[in-house]
Amino acid sequence: MRHVLSAVVQNQPGVLAQITGMLASRGFNIDSLAVGETEKNDFSRITFVVSGDDAELEQVRKQLDKVITVVKVLDISSENFVERDLMLIKVHSTSHQRTEISLLVEMFRGRVVDVTLDTIMIEVSGQESKIEAFIELMRPYGIVELARTGRIALVRGVSVGGSI
Amino acid sequence: MLNNCYKLIVSLQLVLTDYLLKQDRIPKETEQLIMSRFMESTLTNVSGTKQSGADILVEAMIRQGVDTVFAYPGGASMPIHQSLTKVEDRVRTILPRNEQGGGFMAHGYARTTGKVGVCLATSGPGATNFVTILADAKMDSIPVIAITGQVSTPVIGTDAFQETPIVEICRPITKHHYLVQRTEDIPRIIKEAFYIANSGRPGPVIIDIPKDLQQKEIVVDTYDPPMNLPGYNPERHIAQENLRRILQEIRQAKKPIIYGGGGIIHSGAAPALRQFAESTGIPVALTLHGLGGFPSNHYLCLQMLGMHGTVYSNYAINDADLLLAFGVRFDDRVTGKLSEFAKHGRIVHIDADASELNKNKHAHVAINGDLAKAIAGLNELLQKEEYADIVGGGRYPDWMRQIDTWREQEPMRFHDRDDAILPQYAIQRMHQIIAEKGKLDKTIITTGVGQHQMWSAQYFPYSKPRTWITSGGLGTMGFGLPAAIGAKAAHPDHLVIDIDGDGSFLMNIQELACAYTEKLPVKVLLLNNQHLGMVVQWEDRFHGGNRGHTYLGAGQKQLPYPDFVTIAQGFKIKSRQIARKSDFDAAIEEMIDSDTTFVLDVLVPYQEHVLPMIPSGKTVRDIIKA
Repeated sequence: MRHVLSAVVQNQPGVLAQITGMLASRGFNIDSLAVGETEKNDFSRITFVVSGDDAELEQVRKQLDKVITVVKVLDISSENFVERDLMLIKVHSTSHQRTEISLLVEMFRGRVVDVTLDTIMIEVSGQESKIEAFIELMRPYGIVELARTGRIALVRGVSVGGSI
Repeated sequence: MLNNCYKLIVSLQLVLTDYLLKQDRIPKETEQLIMSRFMESTLTNVSGTKQSGADILVEAMIRQGVDTVFAYPGGASMPIHQSLTKVEDRVRTILPRNEQGGGFMAHGYARTTGKVGVCLATSGPGATNFVTILADAKMDSIPVIAITGQVSTPVIGTDAFQETPIVEICRPITKHHYLVQRTEDIPRIIKEAFYIANSGRPGPVIIDIPKDLQQKEIVVDTYDPPMNLPGYNPERHIAQENLRRILQEIRQAKKPIIYGGGGIIHSGAAPALRQFAESTGIPVALTLHGLGGFPSNHYLCLQMLGMHGTVYSNYAINDADLLLAFGVRFDDRVTGKLSEFAKHGRIVHIDADASELNKNKHAHVAINGDLAKAIAGLNELLQKEEYADIVGGGRYPDWMRQIDTWREQEPMRFHDRDDAILPQYAIQRMHQIIAEKGKLDKTIITTGVGQHQMWSAQYFPYSKPRTWITSGGLGTMGFGLPAAIGAKAAHPDHLVIDIDGDGSFLMNIQELACAYTEKLPVKVLLLNNQHLGMVVQWEDRFHGGNRGHTYLGAGQKQLPYPDFVTIAQGFKIKSRQIARKSDFDAAIEEMIDSDTTFVLDVLVPYQEHVLPMIPSGKTVRDIIKA
């Protein structure tokens, strides 16, 4: 089963290295990981997407909790949460393909952020499935480059223990 | 402003006092008066004088109760050693002969006292020599703080001489780690490190301090700054409701057993455990690290369980309908094949580390918290009228009868010989002699790793916590001698004996120099079989006896190699070699009665196997009996 873990950590050097090292040495596989600062300078939020059974996930959560610089870990999969992934994708586009691609971008509520004579760069954000669908649509044009942030997530409303 | 004036006055006063003292112009009483005011001023942190980072570090450690450090100097840690020379009246600095030796001395100190053990090394190779002792402390939950010098901040990351990113290396093998970034942070980091090392599930902390930060001079505002540990809260409230669930499990059980581990020792739960076992009449089986947590001569004690545990404790665990797992982690050396371990019973698991609960084995009742508090809570509930049916003992007559039958049929045994000194005999007999001398109460045993370690667990009964010191989880050869020296430093009035093997002993033999020069007289009972006995045993059992580099001697028809007596002499340490059983008693007495360090080299046959044995990954049905 797919789980989204949201961890608040102390904003210090080496915290991310320790967490990824711990997950690797214990054989936990991460599907996606995103880090960024939070509303407080002293803390960062790390969002993980991990697959595994409940027992495995319980172990991941407890091992994360054991890291001294990890302030809080929540498995938000069962909560009502918003999840987003941001992608920048550059595809081949001749001048007469631009309109067609722009139409698709609009349907996905994306934005064209750069255009050259033979390429076009697009920004799309949303849930994983939406991003993947867009990638599939772009494939026939020829994908030049692609970058994704990895998933970030927050629980809706005032969540149980969600704030720092 | 006022504060600053006060600081100025105090420092002037100090300078004046110092001057007058040197001139010998102050009467003793006045000196004391002035000194007491000085002490007061340092305690209220307004001394106002600048201190170097190294001085601050040492001062902060003294305030944490440090009285001994095990330290090997080098370029990047010199300033700390210079500071240590200023406080020789308050902190004893013991010089090992290899940083790993110093680290294991800190283990010996910590494991026998329950206090934090401190070791110190320089950067680079000094620091990397701490890797093993940190991994060992992590596995066995030992509060050790390793302080390492680091190259100066401007050259960090330039592959400078003796630069190693030791914090990067040690992250997964420590409970926490610090690379000091500012001299100002030292008081807080020391306070946090000592708190982390010895609270919750204890563990090692490494503090890496660049040399320029050791030298930088600052004025310390306070030695008691607030800690910045928002993610660390080891205090767990144990709900009474959960304790009641345990008692309910006990009420329904017909064949309960306690499976007790190192958590008993770490949390100081031994007295509470004894009360609990006696009032409920539930028998106790102990892990390697649980030994000493419950008196071995107690009727309810089933001794050690697991791979080399007693047959009857393993039978009992297998047959039990309720397993009370107290301060244990379901290690593979205990469980064998996990799916078969204690599969007939329900499981109650109490541990200080939440991640141990349900890690290897599902627990029906899992409680995260301090074991001593949890058992005390159970004992308190047991006083209540509603649990009168559980207490009083004698609730499990059939179960205890069954256990007694196993105990009679399958006692610990070995086939003794008269033409040789068997290692089992040596340990058993040494215990008797110590008991006859009335010194058992003040005896600490340490070991290396291998056959001799298991025999020391099997044939030397332990009755008090922190008297049995061994590297269990990591299984580090070479642990015994330095651990004994550290234990002796903490307990000068105790008889400290390292029961060692020839392979293990050779791994840190250089510490004989430390024992001699620091006047820490430890004893070494060297069970010398010229082989890596435990690996030999596995070769015999699983590889048709083919020797894969497990012979340590110099060849057939040669004298035993190396000549440990001559080596000891080179270190100016008394030593004797024996091979005949008839010489054993006198030699042991000489060793025990000697007031200096003593190495007793006992030649033993290598053919002996540690039994009983449940082969790795197997079950109690596969047990090999003696």
